[in-house]
Amino acid sequence: MSQLPKPDSQALRTKYPDVFERPASARLATPLMLLSAFAVFGFGLYDLDFSPTKLVGGLRELGWITLMMVPPDPGSSLPTYLSALGETLSIALLGTTLAAFMALPVSLLAARNIVPSAIFRFPVRRFLDSIRGVDTLIWALVWINVVGLGPFAGVLAIAVSDFGAFGKLFSEAIEAADKKQVEGIRASGGSTLHEIRFGLMPQVLPVIAGQVLYYIESNTRSATIIGIVGAGGIGLQLAEQIRVLEWQKVSFLILMILIAVAVIDWISTKLRFAIIGQRALA
Amino acid sequence: MTTAVSILPAQQLAALNEAYRKAVARKRLKTMLAVAVFIAALVVAGIGAEVNLRTLFTYFGNFVSYFDRILTLDSGQRVWTDFGEWFWGWHSWLKLLAETILISYVGTLIGAVLALALNFFVAQNTSPGPWLRFVVRRLLEFARTVPAIVFALVFVIAFGLGPMAGVLAIAVHSTGALGKLFSEIVENADMKPVEGIRSTGASWLSCMRFAVLPQVSAGYASYALLRFEINVREASVMGFVGAGGIGQELVVAIRKFYYSDVSAILVTIIVTVFVIDISTGWLRAKLFGKEAQA
Repeated sequence: MSQLPKPDSQALRTKYPDVFERPASARLATPLMLLSAFAVFGFGLYDLDFSPTKLVGGLRELGWITLMMVPPDPGSSLPTYLSALGETLSIALLGTTLAAFMALPVSLLAARNIVPSAIFRFPVRRFLDSIRGVDTLIWALVWINVVGLGPFAGVLAIAVSDFGAFGKLFSEAIEAADKKQVEGIRASGGSTLHEIRFGLMPQVLPVIAGQVLYYIESNTRSATIIGIVGAGGIGLQLAEQIRVLEWQKVSFLILMILIAVAVIDWISTKLRFAIIGQRALA
Repeated sequence: MTTAVSILPAQQLAALNEAYRKAVARKRLKTMLAVAVFIAALVVAGIGAEVNLRTLFTYFGNFVSYFDRILTLDSGQRVWTDFGEWFWGWHSWLKLLAETILISYVGTLIGAVLALALNFFVAQNTSPGPWLRFVVRRLLEFARTVPAIVFALVFVIAFGLGPMAGVLAIAVHSTGALGKLFSEIVENADMKPVEGIRSTGASWLSCMRFAVLPQVSAGYASYALLRFEINVREASVMGFVGAGGIGQELVVAIRKFYYSDVSAILVTIIVTVFVIDISTGWLRAKLFGKEAQA
């Protein structure tokens, strides 16, 4: 068997000095970063009252809870739960639609190709950013103060928090649109509104429809949690059953949510493909 | 100067127009049908969600005046006339805010490490066995679909009130979300280095460590930072269910109608989210810039 000659390390060293003698800053950068990341992590564990005894005790408790969850059983409240699920789906659908209608005109104002002036665009964008900075649950609490407990507060909470997200997403879609069609409309003597309606909207609407469908799906998830603060839907039932430790009902509710989300996911994927297909045909 | 446009004979034109009209009419009918179905769904949903437009119109004034009230101090002046009075509790709020950021940091890190450990089992090209892949995949799906705040509700009962429940809830949810994203990066990785390492007789673990990990680690870091950003938002509401952070203070202020406190805490949360967004964006650009140079 042939043997490779031993590499001459001295020659290699003189030939590739950067590989063998990297400056200390380059060599130490990664370990230092990792070290500081874990130092902050350790401080966090200490500051947030982590202790092994608490962890083990909690895990044991969690094991018991899991055991008590099987088999999932709705008891006698299945009709209540089904109507609560319907309420959740309604909240998601209405909230998302409302948000989309509110966001469309505002997103035009935030798009660079419609409003070229940064002075006008900047406040609109920051406004949308601040709405997005506040979590849906917080909006739900605010709306409960305004229109009272119940699903209507949930609809408005989702509408407002998605308004921020849609404003940003739609304006990005508008900025990405091809400007040749707009120029074509202008060349044939169309006004600015004509440009938007016939040059921009046909390009942008399918993109927007796709995003709205995706958000209806993700809002089904959000709508389940806003019930926790009292804004209606299945989250209300879930939070109540967790608080009174009815674990079989809790696991049943969680299963219901998982199945509902999966079904909505499936439907919206189909619809999205249908819309994209239509655009390809048109 | 005029340009000649050829005009078809009337008969031919009429046939073409007819065909065009038919095609458009069919498309319009389809669109109208879709819109009708959508509106019907909206009406059904409106009844289901107890939407009452009268309520909205009566109470919309409340919504506007709510913002008016949260921007007014007890003394009746606007909040920005007296910052000392508006942010009277800044000392304890800053502490809680730091706790919120720490919760999301620790939660994200635990989640990222768990996702790192699990994602190679899920990715199609690196999974050691289909059974393992199926089981881990379903587990991650579960962790991702159940919202973090629901985990927090359960964990508060199991681990007791306090930030630990919040951290674990965020960790579990992030494991699910990051596990999926990480495994998608791995599925896009180049498999030739893996073949090279395997041909030297290396174990599965060494293949992952020396062939896959160097390709994907930058993507991992980027997604983990993005998740951290999202988790700061999530952690700000963990206090609603007693799982630590600034949310506790906020929910008390909202429920007890301490109006100017609500706006002050909201402003601190929004500013924190902005700062975190901008700094992680900068960090991501910097990390990726470095990768691009190397």
